Amino acid sequence: MSARTPIIEATNLDKFYGPFHALKNIDITVHQGEKMVICGPSGSGKSTLIRCFNGLEWHNSGKLVVDGVEVYQGSKDILKLRQEVGMVFQQFNLFPHLTVLENLTIGPMKVRKIGQAEAVKTARQYLDRVHIPEQADKYPAQLSGGQQQRVAIARSLCMESRIMLFDEPTSALDPEMINEVLDVMVELVDTGMTMVVVTHEMGFARKVADTMVFMEEGHIIEVSPPEQFFTNPSSERCRLFLDQILAH
Amino acid sequence: MSNFIQRLRWADYLILAVIVVFFGYIWITIDGTLNYKWRWHLIPNYIIGWHSGREEYFANLLLQGLGATFRISIYASVLALALGIILGVARCSANLTIRMLARTYLEFLRNIPPVVVVFIFFFFLSQQLIDALNLERWSRGIARQEDNGIWEFFFGEMRRFPSLISGVIVLALFESAFVGEIVRAGIQSIPKGQGEAARSIGMSRFQELRYIILPQAFKKVLPPMANQFITLIKDSAIISLISVQELTFKTVELVASSRMIFEAWITTAAFYFIVCFGLSRIFARLEKGAEKA
Repeated sequence: MSARTPIIEATNLDKFYGPFHALKNIDITVHQGEKMVICGPSGSGKSTLIRCFNGLEWHNSGKLVVDGVEVYQGSKDILKLRQEVGMVFQQFNLFPHLTVLENLTIGPMKVRKIGQAEAVKTARQYLDRVHIPEQADKYPAQLSGGQQQRVAIARSLCMESRIMLFDEPTSALDPEMINEVLDVMVELVDTGMTMVVVTHEMGFARKVADTMVFMEEGHIIEVSPPEQFFTNPSSERCRLFLDQILAH
Repeated sequence: MSNFIQRLRWADYLILAVIVVFFGYIWITIDGTLNYKWRWHLIPNYIIGWHSGREEYFANLLLQGLGATFRISIYASVLALALGIILGVARCSANLTIRMLARTYLEFLRNIPPVVVVFIFFFFLSQQLIDALNLERWSRGIARQEDNGIWEFFFGEMRRFPSLISGVIVLALFESAFVGEIVRAGIQSIPKGQGEAARSIGMSRFQELRYIILPQAFKKVLPPMANQFITLIKDSAIISLISVQELTFKTVELVASSRMIFEAWITTAAFYFIVCFGLSRIFARLEKGAEKA
């Protein structure tokens, strides 16, 4: 992270769901290779924010530039951009009618127009990376939650994206499966990929984050490096939140 | 069978007796009052006839009609499926105009009796369409050719081709409204996350539908879809009204010429029943197989 090139830049972002003001005047910059962890109470707009980053939700005002492309509803470049921005969902969202291998190859083959042989080779490589090469020919329903989420991570990796967004990747998992997913994510950190992670896993955050972000009620309350964030947060509300989730 | 008889109670026997008496009464009434002469032995000849001059069997009225019903049902099903998919996708479109157009089409077809739809289409549209495409001349040309066996196999008598085409189109238009609703229900039953995952790897709306949403939707709606195709076969009787020479039309013809009212209609009813019931059994078995897989 020697050269601090911005890769996601949001200025004055506002987002409404009907009368509900979900994002309020958000200003944030993610740099190339940066690992950013966003936390905050539920309903604070964390997921909405990162879903705006790849155009799954559209902001109503303000400016958002991701990987040099301006994101706005109706943009012609959004499909191209989404190839560069991978996303891992809370509910995995694997394609149940396709095998694990097909889940991984359908994007590269249909979207990037890569040949089958090459796509399969890449897919197997990434299945190795998430430690489940032996599950390639099963269907998602035959896998455990942790395995499904690792397949979902591999699916995003297969697109060779430059940015990865994680939307509470461990929240739907049984406790004993959380670590296998977090381990895979920690291993990704070393690849130099830009990662934005919405999570409540503070141990993980402490280990990998370059920047911690705390959100509440649509506002960004605090942006700081983890050592300061965990020991001496500048805002009272952030301190309260940390006390609550670190208490047990 | 003996097991079944053991399970019958006295009440069951009473009900059976009432039914037998009731139908016996109707039978006697027809036989006595109408003085109707049953001529069942003539019916087989109208299914497969014997041509004494050429000394060979040929498909007579009823079998011809059944063949035409098969052809029409198959072509109309394919067309209705294609139209229905477009309609179902249009109903789920993000664009309001497209959604409203699809809705309008659907509500029109659903709220007008099929017979009226058939007549409106036949008198207003089909003749113009056939003239515009010059189908009449074209099909007569083929009818005059020597070896038109393949054409006749797929489309029956080529002289009747224009009427077959209007029959297929009107039936497909009518059924497409219902197929469209089934497709829409299927699309909407797929969790939103599937579309989001597809879009997050850069798929366009078309790719999302083609590779992710529709394959899953079709698996879910297979039972009602199969049911709709059986309904289509039954509904095909309606187009006999515009002189498409299918089973019902041929039966009317047979009754007019031979006066075997009861025999002919009972036979035709049996044909429809065997085809539709048989298909529903086959679909049910396929479904069970799909569940296991």
